[in-house]
This record gives sequence, C-alpha cells and structure tokens, in this order.
Amino acid sequence: METYLYIALFAPLVGSLFSALFTATPKKLFTGIVGSLLIFTSLVSSTILLMYILKGGEPVHVTMMTWMATGDLYIPFGFVVDQISVTMMMVVTLVSTVVHIYSIGYMDHDKGFNRFFAWLSAFVFSMMILVMSDNYAGLFIGWEGVGLCSWGLIGFWYHKESATWAASEAFIMNRIADLGMLIGLFLVYWNTGTLQYDGAFAAFHTLDISTLTWIGIFLFIGAMGKSAQFPLHTWLADAMEGPTPVSALIHAATMVTAGVYLVIRSHELYSLIPHVGLFIASLGAFVALFAASMALVNRDMKRIIAYSTLSQLGYMFVAAGLGAYWVALFHLMAHAFFKAALFLGAGNVMHAMDDELDPFKMGGLRKKMKWTWIMMGLASLALSGIFPFAGFFSKDAILEAAFVGNHTALHVMEHHYIIYAVLLFTAGLTAFYSFRLVALIFHGEERFKLFGFHPHEAAKIMLLAIAPLVILAIIAGAFQTTFFEMVQEALNAVEYHVHSQIVVWIMTIGTQVFAISMIIFAYVKYNNSRVSVPDGTSRLENSFIYKLLFNQYYIPHFYAEYIVKPYREISEIFWTKVDLKIVDATVDGIAGIIYGTGEKTRQMQSGNLSTMLTWMVAGLVGLLSLAVVFGLTARYSDEILLFLSALGV
Amino acid sequence: MFEAIAFYLFAFLTIAMFFITVTTSQALYALTALAAGMIFISAFFFILGADFLGAVQIIVYTGAVMALYAFGMMFFDTTRDVKEKKGNKYIIVGLSTLAAILVVVIVAVPMVSQNVVALYPAIDGVGNTQEVGLVLFTKYLVPFEVAAIMLLVAMIAGIVLAGKKMDLSITLMNDAAIEEEKNKKVLS
Amino acid sequence: MMEIGLTHYLVLSTILFAIGLVGVMRRKNLLLLFFATEILLNAVNVAFAAISHYYGDMTGQMFAFFVIAIAASEVAVGLGLLIVWYKRHGSIDLDALATMKG
Repeated sequence: METYLYIALFAPLVGSLFSALFTATPKKLFTGIVGSLLIFTSLVSSTILLMYILKGGEPVHVTMMTWMATGDLYIPFGFVVDQISVTMMMVVTLVSTVVHIYSIGYMDHDKGFNRFFAWLSAFVFSMMILVMSDNYAGLFIGWEGVGLCSWGLIGFWYHKESATWAASEAFIMNRIADLGMLIGLFLVYWNTGTLQYDGAFAAFHTLDISTLTWIGIFLFIGAMGKSAQFPLHTWLADAMEGPTPVSALIHAATMVTAGVYLVIRSHELYSLIPHVGLFIASLGAFVALFAASMALVNRDMKRIIAYSTLSQLGYMFVAAGLGAYWVALFHLMAHAFFKAALFLGAGNVMHAMDDELDPFKMGGLRKKMKWTWIMMGLASLALSGIFPFAGFFSKDAILEAAFVGNHTALHVMEHHYIIYAVLLFTAGLTAFYSFRLVALIFHGEERFKLFGFHPHEAAKIMLLAIAPLVILAIIAGAFQTTFFEMVQEALNAVEYHVHSQIVVWIMTIGTQVFAISMIIFAYVKYNNSRVSVPDGTSRLENSFIYKLLFNQYYIPHFYAEYIVKPYREISEIFWTKVDLKIVDATVDGIAGIIYGTGEKTRQMQSGNLSTMLTWMVAGLVGLLSLAVVFGLTARYSDEILLFLSALGV
Repeated sequence: MFEAIAFYLFAFLTIAMFFITVTTSQALYALTALAAGMIFISAFFFILGADFLGAVQIIVYTGAVMALYAFGMMFFDTTRDVKEKKGNKYIIVGLSTLAAILVVVIVAVPMVSQNVVALYPAIDGVGNTQEVGLVLFTKYLVPFEVAAIMLLVAMIAGIVLAGKKMDLSITLMNDAAIEEEKNKKVLS
Repeated sequence: MMEIGLTHYLVLSTILFAIGLVGVMRRKNLLLLFFATEILLNAVNVAFAAISHYYGDMTGQMFAFFVIAIAASEVAVGLGLLIVWYKRHGSIDLDALATMKG
C-alpha cells in the first residue's frame, strides 16, 4: 500500500519535471500526453487506495524522511492516507486527469503548451502534498505550493497586464491569509509541542477554550484566503484571467477547497470550539448569498461560474462550521465534478466564440454546439440541486444540517433557522443565475451573428474529457450512503434526521419547487427574442441595485482606493526617502570613504625620495609615541588603576 | 670638572658643525663641516675612555670615509648651488623635534633601564685596547670575520661600479693591444 | 649640571640624531643626503659608547665598532652607485630620480 501512496504522490511531480524540460521549446504534443498519463497513474493509485480504505483497511502512514529535528521541534515528511485524505485524493486526481486531457485540446494553438503542463502537474503535486500530509507543516508546504502554481497559471499569459495583475492579486491575498495561518501553526506548536495531526489533536483536549479559540480563528483566517471568503474574495473573480482549464482545476475543484479541507481535517479542534464554528457557518452563509447576488447580473461567463464557486464554498463552510464535516466533504466532492464540468463547457464555448465572454453576445448556440449544451445543462441541473443529480443530495444534506442542528455527544448545536433561510434563498438564486447563463448562451436568438462569430463544436477529445465529470455529477448522489459509512468514524459523522416525516417532505419538495420555479423564471426572462445586448440605456441597468451588484458592491474599488493606493504611496516614500537617501547613501558613503582614502594615500607613493624619507620619520615618530604610551602605562600601571578606580570606573 | 668642560665644549662644537652640514648650500662647506664634526665625535670617545674606538673613528671615519667622499665629489658638479626643496620646513623640523623629545622621554623616565646587567664587564687594570681585543676575538669573532668579508665585497663593488673599461686586463695584454686601445675613440 | 651622567650623553646623541633627521628630510642633493646619513650613524655611535662606559660593558663599544665598519662599506658602495647614476643621468638631483612613482 505504501507503494501506491508514493506513486500517487510523486507521479505528478515526475510529469511536471518532464514537461519542464521543454518549456522553452515549441509545442510538443508528448508533454501533454505524458503529463496526462502520469496523472492518470496517480488516479489509478488513488482508486486502489480508495478501494482499500472502503474495505475497512487501516489508514496508511508513511514517514519518508525527517525534515527538521532541532531541539524539541520534530517535523518529518510524513504522509497519511485515511478516509478524509483518500476522498480528496480521488477528487483531485480525477479532475486533474480530466483537465489534463482537456488541455491537450484546449491549449492546442498556444505557444506555451509545454510550460502549461509543467505548471499544471506541479500544481497537482502540491495539492497532493497538501491533502496527504500528516502534519500541519507539510500541509503548509502544499498550501504555499498551490499558491505558487496558481500564480503561475493565472498569469500564464504573462504578456497581458491584466493577467499578471490578477495573478499577483491572488498570490498577495493568499499571502495575507497565510500570515494568519502561520500564527495558527505557531500557536499549535507552542501549546501542544507537535505539529503532527494525531499528536496535536490529542493534546487539544487538554488546552483551555481561549487558546483553542485563537488557534481556530487563525487557522480559519488562512482558510479564508485560500477559499476566498469575504473579505479576501476579490481574487477569485479576477483569477478568471487564466486559461479555462486552470479555472476548472484550481478554482473549482482543488485549490479553493483547500480551506475547507483544512477545517475538515482540524475537525477535532473545531468540534471543541462550536462558537467559532458558528462564526464560520455564518460567514459561509453570508458569502453564499453575497456571491450569488453578484452572479445575478454579471456579463462575463466565467465570472458567473466563479461567483457560483464562491457561493458553493460558502455552503461548504456552513456545513463545516455547523459540525457536519462529512456533509461538507461530500458537497466538496460533488461540487468539484459539476463545477469543473461547467468550466470546461464554458471553455468549449470560449473556443467557439474566439474567447468572447459576454453571454449577451451569444445565443442560440445549442444548434451548433449540441453536446456542450447537453453537458452544461446537466451540470447546471446538478448545481441547482435538482433530484436526482448529485447536487440535490449534497445540498439537501447541508440544508438539513442547518435546520436540524447537531446533537452529538460533544456539543449541542441548536437549530439555525436563519442560516437555513439564507441557504434556501441562495439555492433559488443559484438555480436562477445558472439557467440565466444557459439560456443566454444556448437559447433564444442567434445574436452572435450580429458580431460576426462563427462558432463550431469543440474537438472530440475535449468533449470526451468532460464526459466522465458529467456522468459523475449525475450519479454521485448514489454514493452518499457508502461515503457516510466510510467517514463515519473518522469524522464523527451523524445523519441528520428531521423528527417528523411531514417536515422532511415539505422541506424537500419545497426546495425542489422553489428551484424549478426559478429555472423557469430564468428561461422565461432570457429565452425570448426581446433579449438584446444591454448598452447602458435600459432602466434596469441604471438602477442602483444593478450598479451595486454589477460593480461587486464596489469592494474592488474600495480596496484599490483605500488600501492599495496608500500602500503604494508609502512604498514610494520608503523607496525614495529611506532606501535611496539613507541606505544607499550610507553604503555608497562607506565605499566612497575607502576609495577617497586610497586616492589620498596613493600620493605617498610619489617616487620622490625626500617625501618617502619624511614619511619614514613620521612613522618613526608614531612608533615612538606608541612605545612611550605603552611603556608609561606598563611602568605606572598601578598608579593608573588607582586613579581610574578613584574616578569610579 | 675637566670632564664637564670638555663635554660641553665638544658638544657645542659638534652640534654646530653638523648643523652647518645640514643647512649649508655649498657642498664643499658641508663636506668640511662633516669632517670636523667627525673629529669632535672622536673626542667624545676619548672622554668616555673608549680609546680604541676613538682612534678607529679618526682613522676610518675621518680619514678614509671623508677622503672617499672628497674623491667622490670630484665626479660631480659642485659649483652649482643645490636647490632646496620648497617643502614645508615646519613639518621637517617639527617631526625631528618630536622624535627627539620622545626618545628623551623614553630614556629619561626611565622606561627600560631598571635592571641592566653588564654581560661583558670591563676588566680593571688593562688598557682599553686590550679589552677590546679580548672581547672582539672571543665573543665577536664570527661578526668580525663576517665584517671582513663584507668589507671585501664592498671594496670590489666600489671598484666595479666606478671603474672604466673593466673588461680588459692590462697585465695580460701585450703592448700592441694596449696601443690600439689607447688610440681608439673612447666614448665615456 | 657639573656631573656628566649618562643622560647628558644620551640627550646629546638625540640632538645629533634629530639634526641628522632634518638633513635627511631636507636635502635634495643625493651626496648631501649621504652626509646626513653619516651624522645619524655618528650620533648612534656616541650613544653606544656612552652606555658602554656607564654600565661598564664592552658590548656598546663593539657595536660602535661594527657600525663604523658597516658605515665605511656603505659609503663605498653608495658612492659607486651614485657615480654610475650620475654618468647615466647627468645629475644627482633627488626630484629627477622619481622613476619608482606609484
């Protein structure tokens, strides 16, 4: 079993290094093929490990080697495959394989083809380290690694200034959150003496509540950055500058879920501090609603899907915050499938429409791109939580958890009706904007003809790649019971039972009815011939709410004006006034002094004998005076000491 | 008392002579003053009871060395006045004074003269020359021999440097060759 | 003042040495520079002889003796070099002699 662990972990690294050899050469198809094959190998290993765990095997622990062993600090490179990590491994490798194969088709004409696969495989490797590590330090290494690869992939087309800016924004926002995470890590080590999961978790039970609260808060700050929770959320929408496969892999299925993984992994900590959990859940609910509202009016296809991701992340945090960790993990899994499928479908549309992103400029594409329409439609149905797709099971579980509360032995969580109401409303919004998108792109009049586009269906390889994701998005709901049994012990999972049967039926049917009505509403609104490209004159566009939502509540503007600008000013001041004038001047001054001294003393070597003789006598005088001083002090040392002691030295 | 008078007299004379040597602009005057100064220095040696040294000073220093300088001066154009440097005389005088003061401080304090033990004590009853001989040929034998070799080397060096046409040996040439050499144009 | 001690001789020697230093630093004619060097050596000889007398030790006189020997050979070689230089350059001015300028 250890072999499979190592294969799963290192196959992506091998793929990345192999592709990295060719980054400076023109496109070589085999880099993509080799990369995809290696990721597929990782997928196979993960599946084997999954089968093993499902059959009730013990979690696989390996310690590869010691990283740091200094004083009391011992951090090994250790990896563990237990129920939680094997789920994540499956998700990561599956979506990565699909994305790799898809990219062979999508990045076909790109000059940086080889570089793309190098970065992509490196990302997968970092993510695998993150989920397979058995201590917080290894998690942090993977954390930073995915941040770096995300930067490289968002800014992949580095000649575009908007792309590099978005990449830097993502990285810097993650960095700010990483400070919180590091403080959390330090607190963990300081209070428990170890960063290993099992050691730390065992020690948590002995710590007092305020320490645990701080640890929980700081670790969650790290999660906030990675999973783009408010207020560190602006980078996720801007990250759409990267190629679409990147968005599918990183910003739907893997990197942004790292924060959720952190909370799930630290569930033993968070179950001890339910008040922090409540805060997490509330923030998650807020973000869900917040993001969904911004997706309602957006005119950028990928951004709508990005906001949808943000919203669903909120759902996951609600579940994790309320103590329903297995539900969060399950939703993570299902979400990865249908969101990645949505992104890849959007990639197809972009490919067909010369990278046009405004859905108002498309329309009626279902005739030209039948398969993409079907797949995106199915994925959107899953996203909206319609029975019997996967989203229904996972979202419904979250709603139930919020409604019912958690009666475990550890702590009693009450019913959270407000959160439930928010999530319910958001579900309706989700259905609305998803099908708004589908309707605008694939139904209605063929507005694209006005703009001179000639769309065609995507290459077969790309369609074939998306297919497994869509299939899983449809059937994943069936795995819920198996999943529950697998993680039951690891996550203290409980089923959520509403006490009365009637309430269950009302809730379920009611949710479905709400979602389906929103879908119909979206269709009615956007599937008619009256839809045209908005040009800024309609009443809706000028209304306050529209403007607020369209500009993302003016938050990016706020950040740019009140945080980035002053910081830049300060940096400018520090550069010109401090660095140039003080630091540089000092260093140059020292060099100048030495140089000047050299210049002056060079005149001693004038070649003139008289001058040299004079210098000789001067040196003689110097030596004599030294001799006098030392001789006097040697002779009269006692008197001198007496004198100095009288002075009080 | 005589000793004191002699000391002060000769001290004054020596200082005056040497002062002339370093300040005059005429080379010949400097030479003469230097020679006189040497003689007065030997007087000091006689006062101090170092007879042999005094005699050596007169013979070697005043006699040989100054004669050497006098011969050497024949080579140079000594009618020209030497131009003195426009250099800063304050530095020069100041440095010298400072050095002198420091040395006096060192010896007068005194810093290094508490426990001086005579290694080769003078023997009473014999003359100075005999004492010199006793020490020179026993303890200082090796330096004596080395000094002899050094003098030999210096002599040869002096001849080689200053001589003309040293590559030919007159004693080994016959008369015809000598005539030929004489009639050749000499580029000196 | 009447009693001449070692200190007197040493002070005298120092004065002579200082005069020699002045000459060394001041003279521009090489030959006169050599004269000043002779003064230095003589001053030192006086000191040696004085110390030898007042401590009853022969070492001082021996040293002075060897100093005289060395001074003699130094003059011989020095003058020889000076003559060669004069033949080549036509002057024994110190300032013309700055070929080792750094």
